[in-house]
Amino acid sequence: MTAAPFYDLHHVQQSYNRRVVLRIPVLRVEPGEILGIVGPSGAGKSTLLRLLAFLEQPAQGAVTLHLDNQELTAETATIDQRRQIAMVFQRPALLRRSVRANVAYGLRVRGGRDHREQIDAALKQVKLDHLAAADAHTLSGGEAQRVALARALVLRPRVLLLDEPTANLDPYNVRLIESLIQQHLAAGNTTIMLVTHNIFQAQRLATRVALLLDGELVETAPVLGFFQSPADARTAAFVSGELVY
Amino acid sequence: MIDALREALRLIFSLDPGVVEIALRSLQVTVSALAISVVIGIPLGAWLALGHFSGKKLVTALVYTGMGLPPVVVGLGVFLVFSRSGPLGDWGWLFTSAAMVVAQVIIATPLVMGVTMSSVAGINPDLRPQLRALGATPWQATWAQLIEARSGIIVGIVAGFGSIISEVGAVMLVGGNIAGRTRVLTTAIVLETRQGNFDIALALGIILLLLSFAANSALIVLQTRTGVPR
Repeated sequence: MTAAPFYDLHHVQQSYNRRVVLRIPVLRVEPGEILGIVGPSGAGKSTLLRLLAFLEQPAQGAVTLHLDNQELTAETATIDQRRQIAMVFQRPALLRRSVRANVAYGLRVRGGRDHREQIDAALKQVKLDHLAAADAHTLSGGEAQRVALARALVLRPRVLLLDEPTANLDPYNVRLIESLIQQHLAAGNTTIMLVTHNIFQAQRLATRVALLLDGELVETAPVLGFFQSPADARTAAFVSGELVY
Repeated sequence: MIDALREALRLIFSLDPGVVEIALRSLQVTVSALAISVVIGIPLGAWLALGHFSGKKLVTALVYTGMGLPPVVVGLGVFLVFSRSGPLGDWGWLFTSAAMVVAQVIIATPLVMGVTMSSVAGINPDLRPQLRALGATPWQATWAQLIEARSGIIVGIVAGFGSIISEVGAVMLVGGNIAGRTRVLTTAIVLETRQGNFDIALALGIILLLLSFAANSALIVLQTRTGVPR
């Protein structure tokens, strides 16, 4: 089995309209882990995921993905290498087509036509097989998010980036999506980054947790240490709910 | 009036050669001009909607202005360009179907472009990065966005078709309404009305409406079909 990919971030800074929104001196995402990224709204969590997905290039510094003994950046990664990364967004934007067509999209852009078995399996996994022919725009929020997860999981990505995948969902959908994330990690050679507002979710799923505040990386630690003995006072305040933001 | 209508229906159902010839030329000029407008207008409209460049607002304003171009002014411009002393006078296109197509392309392209632009711009802006994050190349993502905007784009094509087939001022100027060469339904209607041949004018008008209805119906069917989830 090939080794799980990992990231190195060095002196990364991202800014929009001359406003710095993210500043990360050093961050390493370990191979095969689930790194939970927590922090309040506007902390730079989604910006970090977009950088990791190579959807953006940093204004300064380097985001390097180590994949199959190669060092890749947003500039150097080929389309095939980029396709090892999949991202699920907080608000899924689905195509105005059937649920099946939405799940098939990533496979179709990779070429080939006969993906029926993979799509059926993915739909079954997210418990939407009965809605395969339905118009994706008629789905509830939870169902739409499950389609978004299925269209990413069906690609069997080596890097899975999840941006608040359970925000505003009911407990049933939250449990289902969390179990799918865990199953995907267990399948091997995958590295997952999970952005979440929900510190309890980070506690349940992540192997390590990073806290972002106002675009700055405050602390990164294994999950137990992060919640029980944080090194930074701001982490302690965030975890205990005392941090007002 | 009733007599004129009766005579009009007779001309249509007897497939009067003169009427058929004018109708076919109208269709030929309209389809040619529409095809060129679609080929130019849809990609440019999509580019304007998705692209980021300085002067975009100015270009957008120019496109919207183009959507309301007075056809007779377009006809005058094309006339001057193709007239004997004009820059393209050597081509000998004045008073030919080719000049009529050029004028109609100038009239219809901003319509197709503008409606395409607003349709593509109206798509959820989150869609493109999400498709890219699923491994789509920039071209694949753009194509998917065009498919998403298909209903609006078809409206743009319908608007372009309507503006071309109903146009009279520009084609009269650059085509000259020459029998057997550049006479189309609209210019023929004007001529027959002026000559008091209301039956023929009415027959041509009914054919014009029927053609427009048939073409728009076909486009609506296409719009409905492409809306079905697959």
